[in-house]
Amino acid sequence: MKIFFKPKLFIFLCLLFSVNYTIAREGNQISIVGSSTVFPFATIVAERFAKSTNFKAPVIESTGSGGGLKLFCSGIGLGFPDITNSSRAIKSSEKEICAKNGVTPVEYLIGYDGITFSNSNDNKQLSFTKEDIFKAVSAVVYENGKMIENPFKKWSDINSSLPEIDIDVLAPPPSSGTRDAFVELVLHDVCKSEYKMDKKTYKENCSALREDGFVTEVGENDNLIIEKLTDNSERFGIFGFSFLDQNRDRVQGSFVDGIEPSFDNIADGSYKVSRPLYFYVKKEHIGVVPGIEDYTDYFMSLAIEGGPLEDAGLIPN
Amino acid sequence: MKKNSLQIDRKLIARKRAEIRLKIYGIVSISIALIMLSTLIISIGLSGYSALQQAYVKLDIIIEGEKITDENGMFSNKKALLFNWDGAVSNALLKKFPSVKKRSDKKSLRSLMSSNSGFELREYFKQNPQDFDKKITLWLTASDDFDQYLKGRFNVEVLEKDRRLNDNQLQWIDFLSENRIADLKFNTGFFTNADSREPESAGILGAVVGSSLTLIITVLFALPLAVMASIYLEYFAKPGRLTDFIEVNINNLAAIPSIVFGLLGLSIFLSLFGFPRSAPLVGGLCLGLMTIPTIIIATRASIRAVPPSIKDAALGLGASKMQAALHHVIPLAAPGILTGTIIGMAQALGETAPLLMIGMVAFIIETPNSFTSAATAMPVQIFMWSDSAERAFYERSSLAILFLVGFLIAMNSLAVILRRKFEKKW
Repeated sequence: MKIFFKPKLFIFLCLLFSVNYTIAREGNQISIVGSSTVFPFATIVAERFAKSTNFKAPVIESTGSGGGLKLFCSGIGLGFPDITNSSRAIKSSEKEICAKNGVTPVEYLIGYDGITFSNSNDNKQLSFTKEDIFKAVSAVVYENGKMIENPFKKWSDINSSLPEIDIDVLAPPPSSGTRDAFVELVLHDVCKSEYKMDKKTYKENCSALREDGFVTEVGENDNLIIEKLTDNSERFGIFGFSFLDQNRDRVQGSFVDGIEPSFDNIADGSYKVSRPLYFYVKKEHIGVVPGIEDYTDYFMSLAIEGGPLEDAGLIPN
Repeated sequence: MKKNSLQIDRKLIARKRAEIRLKIYGIVSISIALIMLSTLIISIGLSGYSALQQAYVKLDIIIEGEKITDENGMFSNKKALLFNWDGAVSNALLKKFPSVKKRSDKKSLRSLMSSNSGFELREYFKQNPQDFDKKITLWLTASDDFDQYLKGRFNVEVLEKDRRLNDNQLQWIDFLSENRIADLKFNTGFFTNADSREPESAGILGAVVGSSLTLIITVLFALPLAVMASIYLEYFAKPGRLTDFIEVNINNLAAIPSIVFGLLGLSIFLSLFGFPRSAPLVGGLCLGLMTIPTIIIATRASIRAVPPSIKDAALGLGASKMQAALHHVIPLAAPGILTGTIIGMAQALGETAPLLMIGMVAFIIETPNSFTSAATAMPVQIFMWSDSAERAFYERSSLAILFLVGFLIAMNSLAVILRRKFEKKW
């Protein structure tokens, strides 16, 4: 067979690809990845940090908690992020990966975020128990200890005190941390405490949302959920407290187990559907990338009562 | 005989009617497309035009020079960092309302100013150190809620506790705007700032520069490769299975979902070559890979559109294949190649998916200044704003969409104009 490529073209391609550049990230810039829930808070901190110190502004990507920890734990060096935000604590499996790659994560708890079950202001503010919500959104429900497919069509079918309107719930997609937390804090919790299941059973049987049209998954855009709630006041949506706080003139959070999602109730732990927010710092990068310690100190100094992060909907620790 | 001609007449009429119907169908489909497009543009325009304006508050401010300047009377960065600029802004605002005494009221009055107004003041004095110790009047940015209220986009019908502005704050804003102390002005910041977490100071300059840097890399990378690949395929490749295989694959490549190029970029450019994350260099290479097939297809089509007699004449006069291609055919095919390239670029400009994997979907508040500094792109900026909780980002993302669409229209019109101008009819 003849030589397939023209030499000049070949040489050009070789030049283009084989010169091994090793430009890593510009070493004076902190790289942050992780949770989309922490993202809005981290960006506030980063902007103020850059403007009020002489350090360069950190670059923040919203990759989701899992994706962030994966990148974070993959190794040491400027090719890897220095900090990852997370809307849950690091898992033991992730700790192992970190350890294998020589990464030591340092944990910072920055506060809490509530997950709300909200509807439009045009309708009445309702009160649900966790079990009501479970029965409305879970793929399977339990009657007399038997697992059956979710038969409920109206809220009044679940609990006669609830209005006689069709169940119509908007939920975030499985890739979202809000969804994970909702499943854990509502669905798993109901199976655990009401139906006395053990961990393995409830993880297997109580994790799926129904797919028969009563629960709709919407993209990872909470503004869209709020938009759709205003369109139809009989709809409910699941999203984080910070979005409720920004849109109080349009939506309201339902009572869950008798408690309203409010700043105080989430802060003192009486509103149960809330989760801790963290960030993890790579110990090995402290002192290598300038400003990491200053950034973390600055973050913690803003995550206080009356601080700007509270205005953005974070419930400080 | 007579019957026959009648039949022909009738058939003729039917044929004409069919033609008219076809024409009507065509007009209807074009109008539907146009109506949809204009509805889209108009609805985005209606929600976005208000972002062209921004609420500012006129404040009289005196800053004592000795607190900021060093012993030589120069602006000292170190001292400036320690100085309470926010305090200076809120004191100036408090002077307009001498009756406000309560702590909580003072706090809510202060929150009417943007949290970036202190930084604005600092920047002003950095540029104009001669203004220390003088009473100066500055228009400083108001908060996003203030801005939305002045624009009539704030819902005041609901209960006070459900509003982001309380009754006092609304009164103060009304007072300020009646006395012309607060006003809507042209939002220059939108075009001169990079991204910000505060909607009132967020701008698209960072994204525009990021997109431009990325596209420069894309064109530098994709155009030569694609043109050379086309010349090879048209002039040197022997027809056969291998060539067919390549051809099929080039067409295939054009149809691959763009996220795949991002994954490729992640594993090759970032992991293997160690290029920096979030850099326009890597973004440009990924988008370049995506654009190559588009340019190859356009280039080959325009090379083929050059009459073979030109190439044959060149070869007949003793030119080599290379001379025939580079001296005669490529210059004649250039308008077509250019059009293909511009269309490919326009496509690349609107892409976000490949950029997601290589870290260009990020919050970056500094305008990038090199091919390796962290950057983002225009569609990414729109995506990130539309996902933000603050209401004022809504109009800003609409305006950014209009800006992007305008950019695309400009690029595509350029392609049409260039084609019209340089196209040769044979």
